[in-house]
Amino acid sequence: MLYLRLITMRLLKAVVVLFMIIIFNFVLIQLAPGDPAAILAGEAGATDEEFLRQLRERFGLDQPMYVQLWRYVSGIAMLDFGFSYRQGVPVLDLILARLPATLLLTGTAFVLSLALGIVAGSLAAARVKKPSGSIIMTLALLFYATPLFWVALMSVVLFSVYLDLLPAYGMYTVGAGHTGLALVLDVGKHLILPATTLALFFMAIYTRMTRASMLEASQQDFVKTARAKGLKNSVIQRRHILRNALLPIITLAGLQAGQMVGGAILTETVFAWPGIGRLMFEALQQRDYNLLLGIFFFSAALVIVFNIITDLVYGLADPRIKEGS
Amino acid sequence: MTDTQTPLLSLRHLSISLPKGADRALAVEDVSYDVFRGEILCVVGESGSGKSMAANAVMGLLPKGVYASGGEAIFDDQDLLKLSEHQHRTLRGLRIGMIFQEPMTALNPLMRVGDQIAEVFEAHGQLSGRERQQQALALLTEVGIPQPDKAIRAYPFQLSGGQRQRVMIAMALALEPELLIADEPTTALDVTTQAQILELIRDLQRRRGMAVMFITHDFGVVAEVANRVCVMRHGKIVELGEADEVLKHPRHDYTRALIEAIPSNVIPEARGAETDTALLEVKGLSKVFRSKGGLFKSAREVHALQDVSFSLVKGETIGIVGESGSGKSTLGRCVVRLERPDSGTLSLSGTDFMHLQGESLRRERHRVQMIFQDPYASLNPRHRVGYAIAQGPMANGMSKAQAFAKAKELLALVGLGGTDDRYPHEFSGGQRQRIGIARALAMEPELIVADEAVSALDVSIQAQILELLEELKQKLSLSLLFITHDLRVAAQICDRIIVMQHGRIVEQGPAREVFLAPREVYTRELLDAIPGREHELADA
Amino acid sequence: MSFFARFAQNRGALFGLIILLGIIVMAILAPLVFPESPWRMVQRPFLPPMEVDGFLLGTDTMGRNVAAGLMHGAWVSLMIGLVSTLVALMIGVPLGAVAGYYGGLIDDGLMRFTEFFQTIPNFALAIVLVAIMQPSITSIVLAIAIVSWPPVARLVRAEFMSLRNREYVEAARLVGQSNATIIVRQILPNTLSPIIVLASLMVATAILLESALSFVGLGDPNVMSWGYMIGAARTVIRQAWWLSFFPGVAILLTVLALNLVGEGLDDALNPKLARERS
Repeated sequence: MLYLRLITMRLLKAVVVLFMIIIFNFVLIQLAPGDPAAILAGEAGATDEEFLRQLRERFGLDQPMYVQLWRYVSGIAMLDFGFSYRQGVPVLDLILARLPATLLLTGTAFVLSLALGIVAGSLAAARVKKPSGSIIMTLALLFYATPLFWVALMSVVLFSVYLDLLPAYGMYTVGAGHTGLALVLDVGKHLILPATTLALFFMAIYTRMTRASMLEASQQDFVKTARAKGLKNSVIQRRHILRNALLPIITLAGLQAGQMVGGAILTETVFAWPGIGRLMFEALQQRDYNLLLGIFFFSAALVIVFNIITDLVYGLADPRIKEGS
Repeated sequence: MTDTQTPLLSLRHLSISLPKGADRALAVEDVSYDVFRGEILCVVGESGSGKSMAANAVMGLLPKGVYASGGEAIFDDQDLLKLSEHQHRTLRGLRIGMIFQEPMTALNPLMRVGDQIAEVFEAHGQLSGRERQQQALALLTEVGIPQPDKAIRAYPFQLSGGQRQRVMIAMALALEPELLIADEPTTALDVTTQAQILELIRDLQRRRGMAVMFITHDFGVVAEVANRVCVMRHGKIVELGEADEVLKHPRHDYTRALIEAIPSNVIPEARGAETDTALLEVKGLSKVFRSKGGLFKSAREVHALQDVSFSLVKGETIGIVGESGSGKSTLGRCVVRLERPDSGTLSLSGTDFMHLQGESLRRERHRVQMIFQDPYASLNPRHRVGYAIAQGPMANGMSKAQAFAKAKELLALVGLGGTDDRYPHEFSGGQRQRIGIARALAMEPELIVADEAVSALDVSIQAQILELLEELKQKLSLSLLFITHDLRVAAQICDRIIVMQHGRIVEQGPAREVFLAPREVYTRELLDAIPGREHELADA
Repeated sequence: MSFFARFAQNRGALFGLIILLGIIVMAILAPLVFPESPWRMVQRPFLPPMEVDGFLLGTDTMGRNVAAGLMHGAWVSLMIGLVSTLVALMIGVPLGAVAGYYGGLIDDGLMRFTEFFQTIPNFALAIVLVAIMQPSITSIVLAIAIVSWPPVARLVRAEFMSLRNREYVEAARLVGQSNATIIVRQILPNTLSPIIVLASLMVATAILLESALSFVGLGDPNVMSWGYMIGAARTVIRQAWWLSFFPGVAILLTVLALNLVGEGLDDALNPKLARERS
């Protein structure tokens, strides 16, 4: 009952946020210096007067502001993100074609970073003051402070150029024509470097968070109760401390989703991974602002979906919400 | 009880060291006492006396950095202080059980109550899965939880504080330990719940014949449950003996001070108001709190105040008494206008104090001031105390020099002369409370509301602050609204008493009458629930 | 114990402070050591490190001195990190203070607004903002500030919420102090230490963001920055790894130092917490 309410409220909120992002996009176009049509077409495309005229008409740029806003909003509501002048394809088609690659990359990196981060963080929490705990935290701090794109580039140099172990670019071996299991293995091999580099930074975050959260949970009164029962330390760590420490991590994981998209832009750029991050970089280089805004909207939508999922997981994990009155 | 039998637990010259940088080197210094089978030993002391430390050492649950540095703790022929963590663990829960002060946080919020009890059996490898649940159910029944078959599937947040403490007791008793350590188990509870839990512990102790080490700061509780008493101060034993003996003929001054400081030993005198001009008039006051329906909870309404009416005459002290949730604090906050009542009237010397808002409220605020509960939260840690007192007059237009001069005067008045350029952290809790009183006086208010003004203080300090208030009342002919959960405190300082429950006034009348001849059942219950009352009345 | 003594107890923090001072010295000395523009071509391109005297770190694809770029870039990174953090504080602190102090509908409104900015993917938003405003120091600083103020607002709001019903605040209200006085004199001073700690970490994040923006080609075309150097060398990584390597190490050290200093500040400002944590 309460849980159902939670879901509806969450969906409602998501719709509002998406609507606000559309308006935000619209305002951005208006605020930009110069002719909005030229911006939508991309600076270089401004020479084509016919196209600009079409654009002005389409968005009603000669009409009052509220008509423009209405056209823009209703367009996006109908999933019409406009046309990428540079690539000659509707923006939506471009994005949908690239979406699976990004989902594969970010999904893998997310699972990898969360799993390793929680394990490393709990180990570090259990070994406070011991050298092994310090080593874990030092590594986490290093990964946290290293620019992601630089790790990506350096891993290309190390694993691809010098060691020649892993492919550094793309998602498949071009021209190999793999199918079935061979294709899966091929993609998997291409996935290793980008997914690991993307995961490292987030693993660092989850490690630090898990450790802090566990240390905080271990100060709680119920831990003393558990010890007074005569429970083994390992059981207390797992059942009482970790379980309580995980709740804030679920929330954090949801908040980090947005960062993950940002990380994907950088990793995909370095590894030429054909996802929407790489697409964003291409749009940037070609000054294809309409495509850029479309991707921006889509990435925000992705984050929102992810946030809803984490909220639901949180609701399941915390009885105070699941069975609350 | 026979003194000839061997003790179950015997502390011999126990010393416990605190980490560097603590306010003293030893938490407990050369402490020796025994606990015998079938007795309740109360370890009494004020905060910081080290009364809990010995118990934690016995359990092997000393906080980080704190360790036993000398002596021994003999339990069944073995020195507990020399046990390995593994050996200690096998004793915990099985032969020594423990319950704690905070029932709200002592249970894991994510586990069902039944599973948490079953864990005790699991920890010591006893019974099968289903038997553990059956046993948990039997235990919950034994500790008197309503609807135990439902409670066993409940999460802690679904139970009340008293119920959670019962769960804690069920858990501690699951394996029938020979020794139960109870660390302030009733301090966080309401008086009526406290009485029930004390009754339960006494009852279980008798039925099972176990030894109980009961740690408390409250001599009232001692009178209620103890066979023997050990009084501690600054980490050392002050007095040790049979409970009756210590209560009736305390040998040490400190013990005597503690017993005398129990305010219930004072039967209120008959007092009359000096005038009959009403200063504060409250009629039909109501206040509803609406918690907004958020993502996680549906909207709720709490009727904090319902149709409350009373009046306070100039120079009078009225005590508002009730348990937590009775609305007494809300009433006080409405009177000083930290809250805005929903309906009714609230007038001060004839002016409407209820509908003032914004700037006009700000200008009138000086007329009613408040003394707060928590001495550690009531002073801004970043302001010198002189400034803390002076800023009120300054906000009302007094010059800086005058305001600071006034602050100095007032500090002297409350017995803290010459301390105006110090910061709050340099003062003790009782001293801070004096500063809070000076701050309220600086505004020359017509009425002072004291919200649980002595509840956070140790009993001996409590008595001093009450004395100061009494003295100031005489000197400055103050009018006081004294809010407290403690009937004993109210009896000591109030002319009249108002008893509240569920946001309504249950009974009001002269203090002596309410205290000695309560008309309402609820008032009688409250009075009966005060621990140690029988002992004192027998003495009186 | 003095503030610095507590800070210095954390050896990592001391180490971080030393690195940070080193980088600041580098930034200050840059115009003295390399008075010429770092954009000037001074040698043949792709000169490996330590091959020619005076070119310790070699030259880049256009024959520019890598060491010069590195030193001039230090100034840019530190300035952008600092200024954008200050701008973010100027947005986040008042917003969080008002939301936390007044609560109710004001809080609801302001928090929805904050959540909105938190939901939008940070880096994507920064890219869009800089791209549309056209890359320049100002647009980069603004974009970084716009994506990084929400945590400040949330922290300040949480602090204000926990402090606004503190008894000394209620006492101030009762003696008739105005809301503005209470916010500025009673509550704000008590929220400073967590804000300072957060700010030091934000400078680090801002430097990372700036370098990432420059890396994807959104740096100010008139200033040399570490991110730009890595981005420009991206396509020649197979031939000249050192062109990306050194600026990356510079970013890493700066961000690491700032994080260590932040932790040290946290320990020094919250001594009780530090003892429990270690």
